[in-house]
Amino acid sequence: MTEVKYTFDWNLVLTGQYGDWMLQGLLLTLKISAVSIVLAMLMGTIVAVFRLSKVRPLIWFSAGYTEFFRNTPLLVQIFFWYFGSEAVLPKAVNTWLYKQDFEFAAGCIALTVYTSAFIAEEIRSGIFAIPKNQLEASRAVGLSFIQSYRYVILPQAFRIIIPPLISQFLNLIKNSSLVMTIGVADLTYMARQVESYTFHGFESFTVATLIYLAISLVVSFTITMYNKHFLRQITY
Amino acid sequence: MPVIEVNKLNKWYGDFHVLKDINQTVEKGEVLVICGPSGSGKSTFIRCVNRLEEYQKGEVLFNGQDIQAKSVNVNQLRADIGIVFQQFNLYPHLTVLKNITLAPLKVKKTPRNQAEENGLALLERVGIHDQAHKYPAELSGGQQQRVAIARALAMRPQVMLFDEPTSALDPEMINEVLNVMKDLAREGMTMLCVTHEMGFAREVADRVIFMDSGIIVEEAPPDVFFNNPKHDRTKAFLKEIL
Ligand SMILES: Nc1ncnc2c1ncn2[C@@H]1O[C@H](COP(=O)(O)OP(=O)(O)OP(=O)(O)O)[C@@H](O)[C@H]1O
Ligand SMILES: [Mg+2]
Repeated sequence: MTEVKYTFDWNLVLTGQYGDWMLQGLLLTLKISAVSIVLAMLMGTIVAVFRLSKVRPLIWFSAGYTEFFRNTPLLVQIFFWYFGSEAVLPKAVNTWLYKQDFEFAAGCIALTVYTSAFIAEEIRSGIFAIPKNQLEASRAVGLSFIQSYRYVILPQAFRIIIPPLISQFLNLIKNSSLVMTIGVADLTYMARQVESYTFHGFESFTVATLIYLAISLVVSFTITMYNKHFLRQITY
Repeated sequence: MPVIEVNKLNKWYGDFHVLKDINQTVEKGEVLVICGPSGSGKSTFIRCVNRLEEYQKGEVLFNGQDIQAKSVNVNQLRADIGIVFQQFNLYPHLTVLKNITLAPLKVKKTPRNQAEENGLALLERVGIHDQAHKYPAELSGGQQQRVAIARALAMRPQVMLFDEPTSALDPEMINEVLNVMKDLAREGMTMLCVTHEMGFAREVADRVIFMDSGIIVEEAPPDVFFNNPKHDRTKAFLKEIL
């Protein structure tokens, strides 16, 4: 038996049809990550503020939400929304989802919900770090509870938690590779597809790996720079 | 009608009876100074007036209206009754001017240019017009407290509460804050001031109140209060602080 020597062919996976696939995969990864990050921030903020409100049912909801979604595997959650959304979401929502890209939507919901549970905990700890008298001072001039959070508490809390938030964003980007399991044609999915057409899995996954690394570095760098140069660091 | 009327006000923290049958009537333009030993309930009392604290018995009337009535909009009430704290509590992420304009913009929906114009005028009035675009951390304590006063005044309150506004300040900065407060008093602002600045009390107070253990022990115009206190506890207290 003669040994077939593996010859590297980087051009193959970077150009032509296969290159296009990789590019499409990259764009989809960026899209699902960006949409999920925005939604997860929104949801995380709401859940965190619920937890700190004085309304019992909101506190219970928030506690249940964070514990449940942080402590179940993301892959299971992805399958849950993909296979089970019909049973839990209202019919109108499902009909609407099917008209969109259903796989994308299910993946997005799973990533959003899962990550928002972690983000909520980060935001909550950020809010805890703000001196109590800030809320009192803003309520004392007539701002409502929600206005106080919107204009006084949260802007300060977010500055404090930028580093842990970045790591949540990076987790989300990396975790987004799991959505290939429900057929979302993201970067990982496409790398896999290129591999199965070309048998050059080493190159395609190396490229995918480097792309993930690059995205993470860019995101991290951008936010850090923004924080450093555009947000005033606060001292009390 | 008095601006503020306090009738048989009682408050408990759990089992601890902090305020015991407090009665007060404050007419428009009156300046009250409240003093007393630490823990006597001075802060708790004035914080009940703008509902930063809830009370359990008695009533506080603002322009004749019970402030804990269901129909009262607490945010409106607080816009009408400003408060200045011992720790200035400015918003550290906003400039001085934005500290002042935030509530007018968001609560009163004042147009931005008008809110800013008004804010700058207030800064002028408290003597720090040139610091408008700095951040609180860049200001001295006395300047920060004057911003805090301007921030409360921006809502055009009918009453101002002060809770030891000069106790956190270095001695050389106390007067710049007291002068602003004296001006306010002379311009006819209704004021309830917790302070141990007896010079201030002598100069502008209409009445001085001495509290101890949740009770109003003594109450008199400043000359009587300082020269002729009736109660031993007041005398002992005055001896200690003068
Ligand atoms: N949130 C609270 N829970 C329980 N007890 C409290 C609370 N706030 C204040 N107290 C107690 O109520 C009493 C009155 O407090 P308050 O702050 O009104 O006193 P004060 O006269 O303003 O004192 P100081 O001069 O030290 O500011 C104190 O014994 C204090 O320990
Ligand atoms: Mg006090």
